[in-house]
Amino acid sequence: MSGVRVLVGTRKGAFILTADGKRKQWDVSGPHFAGWEIYHVKGSPADPNRLYASQSSGWFGQVIQRSCDGGKTWETPGGGVTTEPGKMPAGESNKFVYDASAETGKPLTTHQWYDGTQHPWEFKRVWHLEPSLTDPGTVYAGVEDAGLFRTSDSGKTWQELAGLRGHGTGPKWQPGAGGMCLHTILIDPTNPRRVYVAISAAGAFRSDDAGKTWKPINLGLRSQYIPDPSAEVGHCVHRIALHPSRPGVLFMQKHWDVMRSDDAGDSWREVSGNLPTDFGFVIDVHAHEPETIYVVPIKSDSEHYPPEGRLRVYRSRTGGNEWEALTKGLPQRDCYVNVLRDAMAVDSLDACGVYFGTTGGQVYLSADAGDSWTPIVRDLPAVLSVEVQTLR
Amino acid sequence: MIRVVLPPHLRTLAQVKGEVLLDVPGRVTRASVLDALEARYPMLRGTIRDHVTEQRRPFLRFFACERDLTHDPPDAPLPDAVSSGAEPFVVLGAIAGG
Repeated sequence: MSGVRVLVGTRKGAFILTADGKRKQWDVSGPHFAGWEIYHVKGSPADPNRLYASQSSGWFGQVIQRSCDGGKTWETPGGGVTTEPGKMPAGESNKFVYDASAETGKPLTTHQWYDGTQHPWEFKRVWHLEPSLTDPGTVYAGVEDAGLFRTSDSGKTWQELAGLRGHGTGPKWQPGAGGMCLHTILIDPTNPRRVYVAISAAGAFRSDDAGKTWKPINLGLRSQYIPDPSAEVGHCVHRIALHPSRPGVLFMQKHWDVMRSDDAGDSWREVSGNLPTDFGFVIDVHAHEPETIYVVPIKSDSEHYPPEGRLRVYRSRTGGNEWEALTKGLPQRDCYVNVLRDAMAVDSLDACGVYFGTTGGQVYLSADAGDSWTPIVRDLPAVLSVEVQTLR
Repeated sequence: MIRVVLPPHLRTLAQVKGEVLLDVPGRVTRASVLDALEARYPMLRGTIRDHVTEQRRPFLRFFACERDLTHDPPDAPLPDAVSSGAEPFVVLGAIAGG
């Protein structure tokens, strides 16, 4: 019997929503890590019961949690209570320290601050956890201030892939309103050495050697909030998505503009088409139709809610440019929630399920690829992230 | 034994209820108490002070014996009443604590 498990990160804890393949009756567990901000929870494609969660707090900092039973129980990797002093574990699962060694290639110490001055790199939190497609013990972590870390021991220790910060453009990166975060990590399923990341506000980057070296891939992006609108870096990319069957085709929701690349990010073209506004945060691809994509337009960069108070998902079946509004089941008046960049996901059941969470605490599901929507839950804390596991 | 009171979120993280009792070898200072705390409860490393610099996290404070010890040097001796176990060493989040 197939089923789905929806992993929801919120401002005040994590929630796990489960249902069978019909997606009608839902069981809700949580809050897990009650009271903490959970930026992201994601399962391993290689072992669906292996989950990783980013737990953080302005008071207590960053904690990594791991579950080996699909979220029933959790542990801090390698950080259990010790009773034998001689066998104390290192307790380094929460330790994210930027690489400062000379061997890793000119590690940077400053980036651009809001006012254009240089500012030291300071770790704040993990925004996104991306498990390896093949090894449950290997996970990438995108962090604020922007950097990429990796664990190869199931989260016990984390090492920075310093080639990203060190490749040369770092002094031109700057924080957006949410901070300077690395929020998107995509692994090419046909070539695990190819990894894409995206940073607000720096842009998109690609590695073809498993994260050792990186190059910016922002040709074709235009951003009016940087001195040179077509600069190599400085773009506030909000999200990138790909379909696993066609990993060289990328779709991007930028601060403004919905973009598409057909050459693995080497160049981009705008596909905003008839969207009511091309500002937004999320973008995702239908599980079975690589040219069907979804966005949630948001009014503007200064008004983070749907235009006209009407919550609408827009779907393109042509890979962009031609968009249709999907409204059935979604509030069409007085709705002023936001949908944050990590808060949309799809399942891979026969009728593709599309899910998104709002800052108003709703998690909506469409079990018919977007034609109609229903809330699974209505009153969670503000939703930061939504991931879906299709269980078979 | 040294008594340590943790804020609720850190008690949950460390899976403890009530006060933590620690055997602290040598001089009883804030640094030595936190060393012993983090050794016993490794999941707390980084939540009270920075992993590398050991700087106090900005929104945390330290109280004992009705005194604010937050800005005392980390190697300063804690009050005798803490060393003797008569009074707890209190770690708390500034105001709401999240």
